[in-house]
Amino acid sequence: MGTYLLRRLAISVPVLLGITLAVYVIVSLAPGDPVDALINPEAVAALGPDFREQQREALGLNQPILVRYAIWLKEVARGNLGYSFADRQAIGAKIGERLLPTLGLMSSALILALVVAVPLGVLSACKQYSLLDHGATVLGFAAISVPSFFLSLAGIYLLALKIPILPAAGMQTVGQPWSLSDALWHLALPALVLGLAEAAPLIRYTRSSMLEVIRQDYVRAARAKGLHETTVIYRHALRNALIPLVTVVALGLPRLLGGAVIVEAVFAWPGIGTLALAAVLARDYPVIMAINLISAVTILLSNLLADVIYAVIDPRIKYS
Amino acid sequence: MVDTEPSVRQGAGVAAPQATVTPSPVARRRPGVWQRFRRHRVALVGALILLVLTAGAVAAPVVAANDPYKVDISAYRTGPAATHPLGTDSSGRDVFSRLLYAGRVSLSVGLVAVAIYTLIGVILGALSGFYGRWVDACIMRLADIVLSFPALILIITVVSVLGPSIYNIMIVIGLLGWPPIARIVRALFLSLREREFVLASRTVGASNRRIIFRHMLPNALAPVIVAATFGIANAILLEAGLSFLGLGVQPPTPSWGNMLKDAQSLTVLESMPWLWIPPGTMIALAVLSINFIGDGLRDALDPHFQ
Repeated sequence: MGTYLLRRLAISVPVLLGITLAVYVIVSLAPGDPVDALINPEAVAALGPDFREQQREALGLNQPILVRYAIWLKEVARGNLGYSFADRQAIGAKIGERLLPTLGLMSSALILALVVAVPLGVLSACKQYSLLDHGATVLGFAAISVPSFFLSLAGIYLLALKIPILPAAGMQTVGQPWSLSDALWHLALPALVLGLAEAAPLIRYTRSSMLEVIRQDYVRAARAKGLHETTVIYRHALRNALIPLVTVVALGLPRLLGGAVIVEAVFAWPGIGTLALAAVLARDYPVIMAINLISAVTILLSNLLADVIYAVIDPRIKYS
Repeated sequence: MVDTEPSVRQGAGVAAPQATVTPSPVARRRPGVWQRFRRHRVALVGALILLVLTAGAVAAPVVAANDPYKVDISAYRTGPAATHPLGTDSSGRDVFSRLLYAGRVSLSVGLVAVAIYTLIGVILGALSGFYGRWVDACIMRLADIVLSFPALILIITVVSVLGPSIYNIMIVIGLLGWPPIARIVRALFLSLREREFVLASRTVGASNRRIIFRHMLPNALAPVIVAATFGIANAILLEAGLSFLGLGVQPPTPSWGNMLKDAQSLTVLESMPWLWIPPGTMIALAVLSINFIGDGLRDALDPHFQ
């Protein structure tokens, strides 16, 4: 286990460096001169090409790309993500205030998805080829096939416009102090839309994992002992069937985050997704870089964590 | 494809023995693929829906009575009527015509993007699984790097650098989608490499290139076809999402995704359903039918592959 962890960490280091290099190279290919973005273009034009050259030198833009990358990497490692082109704010702070709404949206969607998917997956497996099983499969296919923005729009149309019980956008009622009930009321629809898309693969994996487990000898042994069927399924089978779900959830994170970008856009949710979109539309490259970097590193770490959890909760797996 | 075949073979070097015509291994080895696919009723329904959608897109100039690009300010967002079966959009353009022409764009973006990344994935996965060692390590770490990024965020980043256009969308999805395919091919090659037929062809002096592409690859194609089919569905969803956000196919070229852009205004959403329900339904239908076909193919191509 110790050596496995070490090897796993050792593999992650080049991947992490690769992520930073990829982010840096993509953004450095962008057209346009950062001098124009940082300094009033009229001033640059008025002061002539010498001034521009002077500024490029001062900003370190004339150095080779690898040197610039190394300097940037050193600053990032110290926690300095740079400053936004758009409003000169420190990017760390900008992202900090957007982090909580996105994490709240993603985690509530994930919880919703698990609450729906696990029981449905278990029932599908226990009653294989029943009407319920087929229904769950079709529901799963529908959930991954309807684009999340269309589902969001349909949700707003039905639940905010035709039967106005939920708000159409935003994270809290304007002009009111923050309250938990108000926050949950605003969270309901976006979390539902995002959760439904996330539930589909989880149903599928719970079902197939459960199907495998209920054919195992220890499940037969539990039945032979005379245990109640509910106990057999939920205490003996389900616990083992849920182990692979750890990996499925971790591997699904990039898709969940991508879904959050679109759902946030439709619901004007003040999270990382709307920040990323605004940054892309404004060509605010330092912000785009930081968001890519943070999300890629988060995903890398969560995959690492999932592997560790997997090894801890499943003692049958021996890593060498 | 046919044209490039001789030059590829010449490149294999003089040592390569004269290629004899071999029947497609997939068809020869699995006689019941079509029979098994046909039994999968849901997949058949999917194929039928996709056929109708494709026919509508291909025959758009014949089926659509109105020009999809003709702006008519006097017909601003008019409801469905005899002349405009699905009404008109904010520029007075016919929604029905645009829907059909958008099908051409959305379906071809999906096809081209997946064709690009399947090709990349097959080649990288084959090299990785065949040569192993540092080749494998490098390619797989590269795959890890690409997979660490949330696809949508990385794609909007690249689009913001390259500029949004239909071709850039194809290229970007195509360049970033290969890791899952590469992993599938690699895993299969790792086990195929040890099989006797590979040893046999090596003993008769076949080059590595010949062993990889002529002998091993045909045995690894079934799961690739299944993954690519699901991939097309995903690529259509991605393109729709990007175009909806304004970062994909740019108006006036219609795509199902960018036709839904107007629906971000609550007035359109509430009182002009003809502007947003049809394109959304088309995306869902296309993606659903392709996913059904993928499911059918998975069952038909390999009974052991659940």
